Amino acid sequence: MIAYWLETATLAQLQGLWWFLCSVLGSLLIFLFFVQGGQTLLWQVAKTDVEKSLVINSLGKKWELTFTTLVTFGGALFAAFPKFYATSFGGAYWVWMLILFTFIIQAVSYEYRTKPRNIFGAKVYETFLLINGSVGVLLIGAAVGTFFTGSNFTLSSYNLVTWTSSLRGLEAAFSLFNLSVGLFLVFNARALGAMYLLNNIDFTGAEELEERLREATFKNFTLSLPFLGWFLLQIIPMDGYAVSATGEVFRQSFKYLLNLVQVPALAVSLVVGLALVITGVMLTAKTKAKCGIWSSGLGTVLVGMTIFGMAGFNNTAFYPSKVDLQSSLTIHNASSSLYTLQTMTWVALAIPVVLLYVAYVWRSLDMKKVSVAEVTGPEAEELY
Amino acid sequence: MIENIDLSMVNWARAQFALTALYHWIFVPLTLGITWIIAFYHTIYVKTGSEEWKNLTRFWMKLFAINFAIGVATGIILEFEFGTNWSNYSWMVGDIFGAPLAIEGIFAFFLEATFFAVMFFGWNRVSKKFHLFSTWMVAVGSNLSGVWILVANAWMQHPVGQAFNPNTARFEMQNFSEVVFNPVAVSKFTHTTSASMLFAALFILSISSFYLLKGRHVKMAKQSILVAAVFGLLASGFVAFSGDEAAYEDAQNQPMKLAAFEGLYKGETNAGIVAFGMINPAKKVDDDKDAFIFSIKVPGILSILANRSPGSFVPGIEDLVYGNAERGIMGAQQKIEKGKIALTQLDAYKKAKKADNQVAATAALTLFNAHKDYLGYGFLEKPEDAVPPVAMSFNAFHIMVVLGSLFPLVFLAYLYFSYKGTLEKQRLLLGGGTILFFLGLIAHWAGWILAEVGRQPWAIQDLLPVTIARSNLTAGTVQTSFFMFLALFTVLLIAEISIMLKQISIGPEEN
Repeated sequence: MIAYWLETATLAQLQGLWWFLCSVLGSLLIFLFFVQGGQTLLWQVAKTDVEKSLVINSLGKKWELTFTTLVTFGGALFAAFPKFYATSFGGAYWVWMLILFTFIIQAVSYEYRTKPRNIFGAKVYETFLLINGSVGVLLIGAAVGTFFTGSNFTLSSYNLVTWTSSLRGLEAAFSLFNLSVGLFLVFNARALGAMYLLNNIDFTGAEELEERLREATFKNFTLSLPFLGWFLLQIIPMDGYAVSATGEVFRQSFKYLLNLVQVPALAVSLVVGLALVITGVMLTAKTKAKCGIWSSGLGTVLVGMTIFGMAGFNNTAFYPSKVDLQSSLTIHNASSSLYTLQTMTWVALAIPVVLLYVAYVWRSLDMKKVSVAEVTGPEAEELY
Repeated sequence: MIENIDLSMVNWARAQFALTALYHWIFVPLTLGITWIIAFYHTIYVKTGSEEWKNLTRFWMKLFAINFAIGVATGIILEFEFGTNWSNYSWMVGDIFGAPLAIEGIFAFFLEATFFAVMFFGWNRVSKKFHLFSTWMVAVGSNLSGVWILVANAWMQHPVGQAFNPNTARFEMQNFSEVVFNPVAVSKFTHTTSASMLFAALFILSISSFYLLKGRHVKMAKQSILVAAVFGLLASGFVAFSGDEAAYEDAQNQPMKLAAFEGLYKGETNAGIVAFGMINPAKKVDDDKDAFIFSIKVPGILSILANRSPGSFVPGIEDLVYGNAERGIMGAQQKIEKGKIALTQLDAYKKAKKADNQVAATAALTLFNAHKDYLGYGFLEKPEDAVPPVAMSFNAFHIMVVLGSLFPLVFLAYLYFSYKGTLEKQRLLLGGGTILFFLGLIAHWAGWILAEVGRQPWAIQDLLPVTIARSNLTAGTVQTSFFMFLALFTVLLIAEISIMLKQISIGPEEN
């Protein structure tokens, strides 16, 4: 059946499918930013070395997963929408470079932080984790914001990008809208990080840490609200970048609101997603439950998919150009060929298998929570 | 297509890619190889239940983890550098090149990352068997990642299964299995992974030799050496076999690279290989200087290596640049002329399409199709531009071969003295053994330089030169990020070496 569908699927259908798959990956990444959020909490919730070890070793079991999802997200965009890859990375050069730098310093920090003779001392590596968790996520959020506010580029007839701002992408961080997306992601990641840690640590002997994490969940969720509110308030009346039947890009009033109305799945996903996020936070803040991460995590994924869906579906230019409307990228003009998308769809059939074994390993590894006994025991020096 | 080529920017972008790849290539071959050896150690522990093997496994795992982190850090830059510094490349071949990168993420990176956490944290968390399974999965995942990135790299060297689409002005995939089973990919993968296993064996020999010289952790060092030397010796055989295959593929698909790494300026029948010599770095293809300051050649070997046929003709750089009518070889000059026609007709086709002039579009397309195989040459200014840096390619190849020939002898020596039970007394061998890791690294770097420098000026062999593959950036921008990377990677490397040395000096746990 799948083979038949793939044989008969049109290019437009596969382009839609691949935007959906990229949205899933991107949304999972936003959920997995709980690692980055947790890194920024290290400075506030962990008051002693033992508490720091609990936090770091709990996050340390997952940082690779976030990193891998980021790399795969990039790879999937490259394979499915190479014109976006070329335009955004080659154009918004500095914003991507800075994001990459924050991930380089993250990658070594878990392993090196407590190792003897690590040159800089633990504080520097903890600062690296803070930078990655704050600046890295903020800039990724600002980059996502440009899906709605547009960027400063033109494309030649051979699709070579010329960036018209000398800041090369950094200008995205000076837009209040983009910044609000970034800050929402940062505070959401912090709330998710606190909920993940609550779920992942055995607090016997570290009861105060549990209390601080519950407080941090609520506080960070509350702090995320103004930015989420600003994003929603701005996006509803925003003039969006619509695409006509002939492929021409034009500005359309209330475009993103129209997307929510005309594609009800997006509106449902947004409402259910937000409800799940709130449920998770409330469960964590007002009860003794430790499972809030699952509700808020799923909610975050749904909200993420709404954002990507609003940007790319329903004849919308997902990477609009502010300076030349017709240079804007849509899922149709930026995609790979029919053959490549068909091939990649066969490959994507493996994704559920990957998700299954990731879930199985996650569960197996987390059956035994990170505990004070473990991080202070004889094998502590083997840990992060 | 690109009116103003900023060569300075292109060279800084090349330098940045080389810098990142050279740093990355310190850690990756070690990861590819050592994961298998650790999996063997771990299996012996699970089978025997011996605490000694457990400590040994944990020790090498610890060193692997330190190395792995910085390998991941440098790896992410390489993937995104295709977009940042080579955005035109990303667009023009993304339809083909992006797929292996995405597949690498889905199939390999998740496997590696998921099971790495179990391998590292799983000692008291999961069952012994699941823990061992995870260690094997890390080895499989790491090497699977090697498969896909080498499929991508091989496609750049030998671009099969694709066609240029004049409507989108890019290369598009036509046959995925041709891309995956590209013979260059097969030889690249077998050569790189076997060389990585060899490298990991050298790493273990270096550290274990240090322990034996110091009289510390003697039993563990001997156990490590035994497994590593057997592993290294077997890997050496594969390296030689796959290396020969790689050279053959070069001769068939990239004859200019073969001519460059042998310093062969004039084509020869019964061509010889340089056994010993020094290439003249001042020699250019269009002058009469001697190619070598001195050289000793073994006749006939290059013909066998290149064509599997004794006495056969191997084209030289001059034949490939200026053509050789007698041998039916078209020179770069003629290819440039055809390439320029292809480019002009492509432009005419696009203009005619825009003006909705079907007759002109069809005429332009017909002419374009007749010359499209030489499209890439249309971007070159003069035939000499098709020549890669000869001296660098020659030196890289010969350094790699000399070191690659030395290593199996070293493994044999270690095994012989282990068998005789006198390894601890071989101070000279052990002293030399401590630097084996560095020699292995030099051999790996030389191999990488040969593969990448030898194919210049092409990003995609014959189709897309690096000057066109670039992003539209200023040289200053790329220069700035180059020095940022240089500083960051160097600092992190210093930290890594410092941590690694400390861990080596602490050594494994003793019972």
